[in-house]
Amino acid sequence: MDADDGADLTQVNKQPNDIDIELRMLVEAVYLKYNYDFRDYTGASQKRRVLAAMRVMECDTVSGLQARVMHDPAAFAQLLQFLTIPVTEMFRDPEYYLALRRQVVPFLQTYPSLKIWVAGCSTGEEVYSMAILLHEEGLLERSLIYATDINPESLEAARRGVMPLDRMRAYTENYQKAGGKRAFSDYYTAAYGGALFDRGLVENVTFADHSLATDSVFAETHFISCRNVMIYFNRRLQDRVLGLFHESLVHRGFLGLGSKESIDFSSYAHRFEPLARRERVFRKVGP
Amino acid sequence: MSAGAARSASADDGVLRAALDGRRVDAVVIGGSAGSVDALIQLLPALPEGLKPPVFCILHLPQDRDSRLAELFDERLPVPVREAVDKEAIAAGTVYFAGSGYHLSVERDFTFSLSCEPPVHYARPAIDLLMESSAEAYGDGLLGILLTGANHDGADGMARIRACGGFTVVQDPMDAQVATMPLEAIRRCNPHLVLPLARIRALLPLLETLS
Repeated sequence: MDADDGADLTQVNKQPNDIDIELRMLVEAVYLKYNYDFRDYTGASQKRRVLAAMRVMECDTVSGLQARVMHDPAAFAQLLQFLTIPVTEMFRDPEYYLALRRQVVPFLQTYPSLKIWVAGCSTGEEVYSMAILLHEEGLLERSLIYATDINPESLEAARRGVMPLDRMRAYTENYQKAGGKRAFSDYYTAAYGGALFDRGLVENVTFADHSLATDSVFAETHFISCRNVMIYFNRRLQDRVLGLFHESLVHRGFLGLGSKESIDFSSYAHRFEPLARRERVFRKVGP
Repeated sequence: MSAGAARSASADDGVLRAALDGRRVDAVVIGGSAGSVDALIQLLPALPEGLKPPVFCILHLPQDRDSRLAELFDERLPVPVREAVDKEAIAAGTVYFAGSGYHLSVERDFTFSLSCEPPVHYARPAIDLLMESSAEAYGDGLLGILLTGANHDGADGMARIRACGGFTVVQDPMDAQVATMPLEAIRRCNPHLVLPLARIRALLPLLETLS
């Protein structure tokens, strides 16, 4: 798709080009056939990921990829690993976790029992981070955590709780900056080249398949953490998701987003108020 | 100034105007790595007041450091300077910086989007991804400028700009603090112009009348 000579490949940018048409048909086909809805994902990133899938799956065109995926569920499972974005780390943006400890935990401590939703939990890094934080704040035992994602392979990895050993150094640093109260290594056992996290951390975690694009609210929750998930959604889908969160949260419930995410452009902008603006922690406003 | 700069310095605005050949510039994207903060400090003050096209700047920065570039330049430039925000509609005449830790893209509806895909050429934000997506949004209305740097990011992006009909300017490797990035871009995209920084600077005041 690259043209090194830069000759006469001028595209009329207002018209959809072939690849954009094919991409739209691919996500439509995926939706109709497998009921995974990527139709309201933002374009540029999704396009790059489909092109990456084409290279790995050795398809010359998006249409070729579509044909394979249509007739081969295993090929779809492979494509799904590209369409979802399993890039995450433990205690990513330590200041977020620090803000939770300082500004959200004091409120959470007033509830006799807690329901927490980690939406788009990917391979579990954030779930284990959250569980460690709750544990250290004396809240884990009274918490029920819902960890949801659309990618079954990611959910399976999250359930296993084995993280790459070579990441532990960076995670330890994050953990300390996040206000960690112990030695980070207390929480995992190094074995077989991986770091196996303490099963006790996820005793009260329910890992479940849930699509923010197509599924509805399944529980009333006190705190929802959904970080770097909605950046892949267009405004319409962002609105839908913020609507789900607003509906799920208890009166004055908490919402945590990724460090560069914004709700300013959403129709829900006025229905959440910032509690820690920089760290992207919000509180539900209104019924 | 290097020998390359001295040679090109004999050119005047007329030459640059001729090179641009009356083309419409709807947006500008500027990428750089090692040495590029200094380069931008020299370059950006040449942007004219009342600038029409938006300008996207993307420099390689440490991932865990929040970029202060927008603040730094907001005080120095005659046009508004901001960090690009996810889903924000791109405003005319504004200089946007890509923040650290996320890739920045331009969508077809002229909004920004951020993403956490893996680094490209060890970089996040990657120049390639911003340039490629900008090229697809703006087509032949895009001006791409690639500055000094010590890696290969930006070469694919510049090639994409060229392939989509945009105008491409690469800093003269002789003039660049680190030549690797301009050299790779020259090899990959056959840019319209290869200029020392001072001449790229002379290009910017032409923007207002162009758009």
